Amino acid sequence: MSETAIEAVGLRKRYGDDEAVAGVDLAVPRGEVLCLLGPNGAGKSTTVEILGGFRLRDGGTARVLGEDPGTAGRRWRSRLGVVWQGEALVPRLTVRAVVRHFAGYYPQPRDPDAVVEMVGLGERARARVTSLSGGQRRRLDVALGIVGRPELLFLDEPTTGFDPRARRDFWSLVGGLARGGTTVVLTTHHLEEAEALADRVCVIARGRVRALGSPSTLGGRASARATVGWTADGRRREVRTDEPTRLVGELTTLFSGEIPELSVHRPTLEEVYLDLIGDGHGGVPDSPDGRGARRAGTEATA
Amino acid sequence: MSVRVEGPSPAGRPPGTLRVGLSRGWLEIREFAHAWESVVLTFSLPALVLTLLSSMLDGVFGAGVSAVDHYLPGLVAMGLMSVSFQNLGLSIAQERDTGGLRRLRGTPMPPAAYFLGKTVLVLFLALGQVVLLLGVARLAFGARLPADPAAWAALAWVFVLGTVSCSLLGIAVSSLVRDSRSASGVVVVPFLVLQFTSGVFVPVAVLPEWVLGAASLFPLLWMAQGLRAAFLPAGTAASDPGGAWDPPSVALALGVWCVVGLALVLLTFRWKAREDG
Repeated sequence: MSETAIEAVGLRKRYGDDEAVAGVDLAVPRGEVLCLLGPNGAGKSTTVEILGGFRLRDGGTARVLGEDPGTAGRRWRSRLGVVWQGEALVPRLTVRAVVRHFAGYYPQPRDPDAVVEMVGLGERARARVTSLSGGQRRRLDVALGIVGRPELLFLDEPTTGFDPRARRDFWSLVGGLARGGTTVVLTTHHLEEAEALADRVCVIARGRVRALGSPSTLGGRASARATVGWTADGRRREVRTDEPTRLVGELTTLFSGEIPELSVHRPTLEEVYLDLIGDGHGGVPDSPDGRGARRAGTEATA
Repeated sequence: MSVRVEGPSPAGRPPGTLRVGLSRGWLEIREFAHAWESVVLTFSLPALVLTLLSSMLDGVFGAGVSAVDHYLPGLVAMGLMSVSFQNLGLSIAQERDTGGLRRLRGTPMPPAAYFLGKTVLVLFLALGQVVLLLGVARLAFGARLPADPAAWAALAWVFVLGTVSCSLLGIAVSSLVRDSRSASGVVVVPFLVLQFTSGVFVPVAVLPEWVLGAASLFPLLWMAQGLRAAFLPAGTAASDPGGAWDPPSVALALGVWCVVGLALVLLTFRWKAREDG
C-alpha cells in the first residue's frame, strides 16, 4: 500500500485560451492535512477537481490512492469523500434521511446518526433540509462527504457561511479525522483556517504552485527578516534584519536598559501570502518574488 | 502520524446497482410526495380535465359513446406522458442545474442506479395516475373500462411502451434546458402542443393531415390510439386514421421511440450543468 495519497506531476488544464492549471506538481503523504490557498480563479478548485476525478486533465500525470483519477472506477471513488461548492441536496427530506441514504452508496459507511452528531447537526437531525441555514447546509455537505469513511477527503471552501463558532467546531472535526488517518485536501481563502488546520500549505496562483510548506515556514516566513522598531530622540526607527536578537542585544547595551517602544515584527502568514500571489504591496519587506527573505544583511530604513 | 491502511478488499465492494437503485427509487418517491406542487401538477390536471370534459360535453358524441368514454383513453395517455416526460424533463433539468447530479457523480453510486430509481418513481406515479383516472371515470361518470383480459393486456403493453418511450424522451429533453427557469418552455409547451395535436382534446378525425403527420412523429398520438383500442368497443374505430386502431403500428411506433429515446439519452445525458464545462 502506497504511503502517498496523491502524486501529481505537471498537471495542466486549459479552458479556451486560459490555462487554469499550468503545470502543478503535488505530493501528499497519507494522513496529511494540506490546504490549497489562493485567490479566486487561481486554479485551486480545478486542481482539486482533476484529482477528485471530476475533470480530465489536459496534461501531466496523477496518481490518487494509487489510481489514475481520470479512469478510476467506483471502488476507488468509494474510498474518497468530496465536498464541492454549490451542490444542492434533496431538499424536502430530513437531515437524517439524506445522510442515511448517502451512507447506502458506500461499502463501509460510518453510522449516519454519529455523522450527523459529528458535524454538529444532532439537534437538527429531524429537520427538513429546506429549513436549514446556509451554514447548517454546509455542515450537511460535510456530513455527506465523510459518511463513506473516506481515506482521502477533498473539501472545497468547506466553511463558507459558517459563523466563527461553527468554523472552530469544523476545525476540530477535521483535526479528529486527520488523527484517525484520513488525508485531507482543502481549499480555502481563510489564512486563519490554513494556519489552524494545515500540516502544509500550498499557495496556488495563476495556475502554478507558488509556495509549499508548513504554515510557520511558508515562503521563508520563519527565516524572513524581522522588523525591529524603537524610538530614539523622539523619532521612530525601524531596522529590517536577519538577526533581530543580536540587534536587540546591541540596543539593550546602547540604551542601558529598557528600549523605548521596542517592537519586533515577523511577516504574518497573510503578508507572506499576499506577497506570494503577487497582490501584495508592502508584504514581506524587500522580497517581491518571495525569495528576498533568504538574502542576508541588515539595513536601516529610518 | 498513524496511517490507517485500508486497501480495496472483497469486503470493500460498493453496494450493488439493484440495491442502490431501489434505495434511490424510495428516496425519489418520498421526495416527490413532499413536493406538493408537483403532485398537484402531475395528478390533478388530467383528472380535472376529464371531469370537466365529461360533465360539459356529455351527449355530443352521439349514442353509444359518452363523453367520458371518448376522452378517457386520450387523458390516460396524457397522464402517462405527464408522469414520465414532463416529470423527468423538469426534475432532471433542475437536479442538473442545482448541482444535485454533480454531487451524485462524486459518490460511488452506480450511474445505472440513478436511472433505476427514476424508473421506480415513474412506474409508481404512472400506476397511480391510471388508477386515479380510471377511478374517477368509473365512479363519477360510469365509464366503460376494458372488458376482457385481451383489452387489459393491450392497456398493459401500451402503458409500458408508452411510459418507457416518454421517460427516455423526457430525460433527453432535460439536456436541452439551459437552466431550470427555462425548463417549462422546453418541456411543458411542447407537451401542451402535442396534447392538442395527438387526439387527446381534439378528435383525430377533425385534425388536418399535416397535423396528424407531425404528431405521429411523437409517442403521444400512438399511446392515445393504442389505449382507444383497449378501452373502446370494436365498432368505434372508424374515426381513427385508416378506420382502425392498428395495434401493430402502435407497438412499432412506440418501440422505435424506445430505441431512439435510449440512443438520445446515451448521447446527450450530462451530469454537470453547462457552465461546469
